[in-house]
Amino acid sequence: MVQLPTLREAIAQFVHDGDRVALEGFSHLVPFAAGHEIIRQQRRNLTLIRLSADVIYDQMIGMGCAKKLIFSWAGNPGFGLLHRFRDAVETGWPRPLEFEEYTHASLAVAFAAGAARLPFGIVRGDPRHDVFKHTPALAPMACPFTGENVTAVRAVHPDVTIIHAQRADKDGNVQLWGIVGIQKEAVLAAKKVIVTVEELCDRLEPLPNGIVIPSWVISSIVHAPGGARPSYVHGYYQRDTQFYGEWDAIARDRDRFLQWMEQNVLECVPA
Amino acid sequence: MDGTKRFGVRASMNTVLRPYTSEEMMTIGAARKFRDRSICFVGVGLPSAAACVARQLHSPNITLVYESGAIGSKPTTVPLSIADPELAETAEFIVSVPEIFAYWLQGGRVDTGVLGTAQVDRFGNLNTTVIGDYRSPKIRLPGAGGAPHIAANAREIVVIVRHNPKTFVSRLDFVTTPRCEGRTTVVTDLGILESEPASGELILTSRHFGISVDQIREATGWPLNVADDLCETAVPTDEELGALRFLTDRTEIGKTALPASKHNRIAAA
Repeated sequence: MVQLPTLREAIAQFVHDGDRVALEGFSHLVPFAAGHEIIRQQRRNLTLIRLSADVIYDQMIGMGCAKKLIFSWAGNPGFGLLHRFRDAVETGWPRPLEFEEYTHASLAVAFAAGAARLPFGIVRGDPRHDVFKHTPALAPMACPFTGENVTAVRAVHPDVTIIHAQRADKDGNVQLWGIVGIQKEAVLAAKKVIVTVEELCDRLEPLPNGIVIPSWVISSIVHAPGGARPSYVHGYYQRDTQFYGEWDAIARDRDRFLQWMEQNVLECVPA
Repeated sequence: MDGTKRFGVRASMNTVLRPYTSEEMMTIGAARKFRDRSICFVGVGLPSAAACVARQLHSPNITLVYESGAIGSKPTTVPLSIADPELAETAEFIVSVPEIFAYWLQGGRVDTGVLGTAQVDRFGNLNTTVIGDYRSPKIRLPGAGGAPHIAANAREIVVIVRHNPKTFVSRLDFVTTPRCEGRTTVVTDLGILESEPASGELILTSRHFGISVDQIREATGWPLNVADDLCETAVPTDEELGALRFLTDRTEIGKTALPASKHNRIAAA
């Protein structure tokens, strides 16, 4: 059985200033509780990695945790732009944000190559578009067998990947299902892995389409019921869509944002 | 013109006033572009709304593919994100994100990609990245997401976007998504543009009821060419409006009520 620390202990032990950190989850199973704990512990100079950077990254960027964002889309799903991310990119508040930008397909390949411990992966196509001009981790190459133009994508290796999953068994194996996104690749590409789970159980019932991540690739499991709220957990709770709408207004204004973070994150003690 | 402007229309033989908004005309105009039994890679927002209307009416056997990995979803509300619970629960199957892009999209298994955009140029290139300079932008937009690979790998794309000079520009601030080599159809709140096969240039092929060609030219930031056989878009039918409003009404409910559904807890859990 792997150790079961508190969320505070897990973040303190495994997430350090300057780390490359991926909190993955594709609108589903977003590890909000872990992100909030990183904010409370005031980690700085993080490089945040994520395909669909959404509200939790907006909060971390707005609270000054990040020096760089590696991403392929940054928005509030269903509601538009991320205002804290915009403020950091457009005006440098609370600090300037460097960024390295991909397409979903290419960042997915970067994680898959990372998981396989390969130096790079490939996506189809000749890089005609402007994303490629600005991202050194994308490079054109010819297929050595056919000569076809493809794009090489450098592997990505987070220092820490953090995901949220439905449940873990007593041996520390983790199971997740529904929309599983890029979580398995993000876990296997990382040096260290923290998984927060809704539920602990004696054994994992096999599930069609369910993914199992074995205990021996996980650094730390944390029992954190509700740890994905306000996103959703398939089989457990619904997405708080209303909150995502409210976030748009909260995040537009710096003072209102800081006040909200103070009341809802900084002053909260994790379960 | 905004989405709340309403048109009164004489329907069929009877003099029935059937108001609809310019946004409804745009969504329904796009819905008509879906073909039954086609495989469609759809983004969130209006592309999803159009796909849902098409599936309810003329294309019941359409397969909707979402970049979150949900394939064959049959949503009865307009999804707010590409990974909504509704898309997962109604999917024929769900794959991982690397798989959706590698096997299903780049593997050439998608017929039609349906996208939104912030800017479009004369040849159907799209910008969803920045307004202004890339490193010090005036407005930082969400970025590429799946769009470049959708346009590069689908046989054709349909773009749904409001028509104004800030959006229809002669030069993009950033080329996020180079034009599709197949056909591009752009459905707006004013009319429909289609790419000319040889040049790829977007040509006005249809204007919506009550909209003049001059109005559309004024809303376009390049010298717009008009097809010789320019059509007038058929006004939305009662059936089309009913299907769209049923969907959006349910979505509005979903935005505020947040039902904690019991059936959502899966049997195996």
